Amino acid sequence: MIVGNRKEFGEILEKLGSRRRVLVLGCNECVTVCGVGGEREVGVLASELRLFWQKEGETFEVKEHTLERQCDYEYIDSIRPFAGDYDVILSMACGAGVQYVAEAYKPQLVIPAVNTTFLGVTLEQGVWSERCQGCGNCILDMTGGICPIARCAKSLLNGPCGGSSGGKCEIDKDTDCAWQLIIDRLTESGQMERYEEIQPVRDWRSGRDGGPRRRVREDLKL
Amino acid sequence: MAERPGRRSPQAGEGGLEAVKTNSRIEKLLGQGVFVVTSECGPPRGADAEVVRKKGELLRGAVDGVNVTDNQTSVVRMSSLSACVILKGMGLEPILQMVCRDRNRIALQSDLLGAAALGINNVLCLSGDHQKFGDHPQAKNVYDIDSIQLIQTVCRMRDEGKFLGGEEIKGKPALYVGAAENPFADPFEIRAARLGKKMKAGCEFIQTQCIYNLDRFRRWMEMVCERGLHEKCAVLAGVTPFKTAGMANYMKKNVPGMDVPDEMIARMKGVPKEQQAEEGVKICVETIQQLREIPGVRGIHIMAIEWEAKVPEIVKAAGLYPRPETE
Repeated sequence: MIVGNRKEFGEILEKLGSRRRVLVLGCNECVTVCGVGGEREVGVLASELRLFWQKEGETFEVKEHTLERQCDYEYIDSIRPFAGDYDVILSMACGAGVQYVAEAYKPQLVIPAVNTTFLGVTLEQGVWSERCQGCGNCILDMTGGICPIARCAKSLLNGPCGGSSGGKCEIDKDTDCAWQLIIDRLTESGQMERYEEIQPVRDWRSGRDGGPRRRVREDLKL
Repeated sequence: MAERPGRRSPQAGEGGLEAVKTNSRIEKLLGQGVFVVTSECGPPRGADAEVVRKKGELLRGAVDGVNVTDNQTSVVRMSSLSACVILKGMGLEPILQMVCRDRNRIALQSDLLGAAALGINNVLCLSGDHQKFGDHPQAKNVYDIDSIQLIQTVCRMRDEGKFLGGEEIKGKPALYVGAAENPFADPFEIRAARLGKKMKAGCEFIQTQCIYNLDRFRRWMEMVCERGLHEKCAVLAGVTPFKTAGMANYMKKNVPGMDVPDEMIARMKGVPKEQQAEEGVKICVETIQQLREIPGVRGIHIMAIEWEAKVPEIVKAAGLYPRPETE
C-alpha cells in the first residue's frame, strides 16, 4: 500500500492563503488504510478548518467528500457537479490522486494535504514500514524476499557495508540492516551459496531513472 | 623482535600475487614480499593546497603509500583526486579513495580515467558513509553502483579496455585496485565471504577497519586464509592510535562497526591525561607487532586521524623504518 503522513495544520493553512471555500477530498484506498486521508481524516481536517476560521470570525465554506479512488477518472468525475463551487480542492490522497484530480479540474487550484512517503506494509496498528521502491525489475528471489534497494540505506546490491552492527543499520538504531535480514533468511533456507554470487551492475532504466513510466496493456483496453 | 622490513612474506615466493600490471609502488612492493606500510591523508575543508603538502611532508619516507579520503564521513572537503595530484607532485604514492555515494557510473569512470591520466596508480573502492553523518544530511545519495561493482568496473576498464556500457576505451587506466573490509562489522560469519566477493570482483589489496580486538581479527584472518583469499588479495591490517581515553570511548560507543575492547579503554584511562597520547601510540605499536605475526597479514595501514605527525614515530617504533626504495 501507499503510505503517507498528513501535513501539519499550519502548513495547510499557509497553502490555503486567503481561500475560504474549500472542498476537502478524501480517498477510500491506501490513505484510508494508513489513517491519513480517508473519510474520518477528511472529517477531522474539515473540523479543524471550521473551528479555526470560526474563532477568527471569518466567513467560510468547507465541504467534506471522499471518493472511492482518486486515481481513477470515473470516480474523480463524480464530483464535477459541485467541484467548481469551491476556491480550492484540498486533496488528502497520495501524490498520484492529487495530480489526477488537478488534471481533471483544470484550472482549479488543487492543494495536497498529505505527504506521500512510501510503498509499504502495516507492521502493527499504527506502524508502517517501507518495502518497495517500484524499481521495475524485481530481484526478491535472489535476496531471500528482502529488498536491498528499498531497505538498505545505500541500496547496496552486494551488502552489507561496514556499518551493520547488531543487526541494525548505521543510520538509525531502529532500522534493521537489510543485508543482515537477507543473510539470516538465506541461511535459514539453506541458500547461502547465493550470497557468494556477485550482483552485477544494474540497469536502472526500468525505474525512475528511465524517465516517467507508462504501462499499456492492449488486452485490457476497451 | 619482529623481522626486519623488506622481508619476503611466506606467500610471495609462491607467486602469491600475479604479474605486475601497473606502476603502483604498493603493487611492486607486495610483489617483492615486502611488508607494506600505508597511511592516510584527509584533504582540508578548503582550497589551501599547503595543508595537503604539510601532511604529505609529515608522511614522506615513513610510508609506501598514502590514502587520500573521499569526503569522509560525508563532510565536504577538497576532492580526493586533487589532493592525490598534490601529493604525487611531492613524490609520494597516493591511493585514491573513491566512494559510490556521490557519483554515478558516468562520473566514476570519468574520474578513473582522469586519475590514471594524472599519474595516480592506486584506487580504493568504497561504498562511502551515509550522508546522514556529514555536514549535508539534506543531500541526495547516488549509489548507482556499489563498492564491489566499482572494483569490477575498474578491472574491466583496465584489463578489458571497456567501459561499463561496452564501448572500447582508448588508453586503459592502469590502476592497482584495492578495497576496505571491516572484520568487526556484523554479521561476522559472512565477513570473509564478503572479502571473497571483493577478490572475485578483482580486488588486489584490502585495508581493514581499525583493529583493537586482536582475537576477533585473528579469527577473521583464519577464515580469510581458509578460503585462500590472502594469496590473491593482500591484507593490510588497519590501526588507529588513540589520542585520549575519551577518543577510545567515543570510538567504542559512537563509530558504527568499531570494536574496542573494554580493557583497552581501561588501559587508556589508567594513565594520567598528559601521558594518554603516549600510551595510545604504545598500544598502536604493540598492536602492529602482534599483527605482523598473524599469518596472511601483508602490511599495515595506519590511520592517524588528524595526527599524521605521529606516523613516522609509530613506523620507527614498530621496526618498519626505513621504507624500501623502488626505482
